Amino acid sequence: MRVPPGVTPGDFADAIKQFEAAVGKDWVFTSDEDVDLYRDSYSPFWHEDEEPIPSAAVAPDGVEQVQAVVKIANAHKIPLWTISTGKNLGYGGSAPLLGGSVMLDLKRMDRIIEVNEKNHYALVEPGVSYFDLYRYIQEKGLKVWIDPADPGWGSPIGNAVDRGGGRTPMRDHFDAHCGMEIVLANGDIMRTGMGALPGSKTWQQYRYGFGPYVDGMFSQSNFGVVTKMGFWLFPEPEAYLTGTVTVAKHDDLIPMVATLAYLMNSGIVTGTTSVGSPLTFARQDPALAALYAKPGGPSTQELEQYAQGKNVGYWSIELPFYGPAKVVAAQWEHAKEKFSAIAGVKFQEGATRRFPMDPKDLQQFPTSVAVGIPNLSVFGVGGARSEGHVWFSPIIPMTGEAVIEAQQVFADAYREMGMAMGPLFFLGPTSNYPRCFLVLFGFPIEHDVEKNKKNRENFKHLIRVAAEHGWGEYRTHTAFMETVMDTYSFNNHALLRFHETVKDAVDPNGTLSPGKCGIWPKHLRKARA
Amino acid sequence: MKKLGLLLAATIVFIFAAQPVAAQEQRINSSWTVATVSGQGQPRGYVEYQKYCSVCHSEGVGKPGTMALQAKYKGAVPALLEKRTDLTAALVKTYVRNGITVMPFFRKTEISDAELDAIAAYLTRNNKQ
Repeated sequence: MRVPPGVTPGDFADAIKQFEAAVGKDWVFTSDEDVDLYRDSYSPFWHEDEEPIPSAAVAPDGVEQVQAVVKIANAHKIPLWTISTGKNLGYGGSAPLLGGSVMLDLKRMDRIIEVNEKNHYALVEPGVSYFDLYRYIQEKGLKVWIDPADPGWGSPIGNAVDRGGGRTPMRDHFDAHCGMEIVLANGDIMRTGMGALPGSKTWQQYRYGFGPYVDGMFSQSNFGVVTKMGFWLFPEPEAYLTGTVTVAKHDDLIPMVATLAYLMNSGIVTGTTSVGSPLTFARQDPALAALYAKPGGPSTQELEQYAQGKNVGYWSIELPFYGPAKVVAAQWEHAKEKFSAIAGVKFQEGATRRFPMDPKDLQQFPTSVAVGIPNLSVFGVGGARSEGHVWFSPIIPMTGEAVIEAQQVFADAYREMGMAMGPLFFLGPTSNYPRCFLVLFGFPIEHDVEKNKKNRENFKHLIRVAAEHGWGEYRTHTAFMETVMDTYSFNNHALLRFHETVKDAVDPNGTLSPGKCGIWPKHLRKARA
Repeated sequence: MKKLGLLLAATIVFIFAAQPVAAQEQRINSSWTVATVSGQGQPRGYVEYQKYCSVCHSEGVGKPGTMALQAKYKGAVPALLEKRTDLTAALVKTYVRNGITVMPFFRKTEISDAELDAIAAYLTRNNKQ
């Protein structure tokens, strides 16, 4: 049997017995065969001793059992690592950061406690997936939408506390939450916002309650285990309309993004969109492929000429609109008016979808997450031979200047590292979050030690390059959490020092998810340079 | 009195059914499907397959499992797992518990051993003996 670091085999055996008494023998996993299922399927450490492999897994079925497990772990100084549905693939999957941790698997806690159609909210447990919540709403015939992450088997709670994003007007998942229930490291249970008021009638309707608002401290953190969470839902709209805007020249990006920012910040465009380019999709054309194959790649002028010759445009943005049919049509008209200030701009209107959607249409709608319907089609993204990926995901300003600068900076960095990158981003820049762009680069995972080592070095290099230009990651794989946190270093790491002060106060034994986002308990903390 | 109680209960059920405003606590029979799987008259393996596998391994757009198998075998064997006649139970279990390319492996809190046995039996049902 594997044993957590700093714990004697005897103490661990005693703890396992107590875990079994708390949750039932069937739900404590200790054999290598069972525990290996908690490794990260997309680990960047395959076949290396560095891979953090857990020692055991415990799967409670209710908040009282979570309290019991946390108390036992705390008493034995055993590190726990919490997962919800355990599908955070690309950001660490179901594996811990610290090898030997005991997995606290909340998948069995799959109760939907309430879905309210009148005030448009849900209250759920961590083991509920987007598929589960969607199906439940459909079965009950409720006129509300969820906002799924691209992989629908994720947990609304797990994704929100990792500050994931979606595509509908409720796309900033942490921002869309209202009220939490949290088990603390000493086993105490706490409710936030109006949930702190016994018998509260507004736990999922007013976020702040009274006194300091602490919910953010339980996102991307290791200060507690979230066991319930409320979410605001989007009332099912009458219609969804998309319109594509295409501009001809490279520098048109600057007024194009300025107009997009105006429309988004005015509440006219309220869903996720991304800056793309028809030039990305035209690479199968031999003429374009030849341009890209030139030493140093094509010049901006050559790409503009190619785009003009093929009449495809240089940049494009597909705008999503949600609401009454008359309103979305008017919003699209207004958007067109605004973009018309750019010479040569072109518009193409997509089909208007009406809700509820006919199931036959649904079958042919692979990007259904944009209308609140979960799927797993995103796993086709890396191609048939992909063995997984990790995401490098910095936040940049929502300006054309920033996109052009980031494109140049990352293209140079890729070239320096000897890695292939097209002239445009892998995915994005996207507007999953208000007022900024998220840029996503997929780093392939392979079962090749040398390649993974090189990729990890490159990933860390990109984190530092981004930080030098004022761009920070919004989220990262467990393998890079320390490196990312190290870039948030204003005033001698004042923010991390604050997190550590909190950690020492609320979890002095370091029981909960040690190392998460660079926050280590005192006994595992390295001296800072 | 008992009858009156039943009548009241039926009325309450009717009122809630007619006005789906707030749905209350329910345990979810977790699956990766957008619609409840109806398995009437079907073997258990069919139901488990629809719940856990069909989201990637079925027909239609956006099915990465079917797309990957089409790319791998180029039609030499069906890209749809349900049409295969050459799978063994051991192979099915190996892929589910070890993963393959971008397909991750699955924990026992997601797919239990009993569910996996049923899926393996379903996918080998058409094999020649």
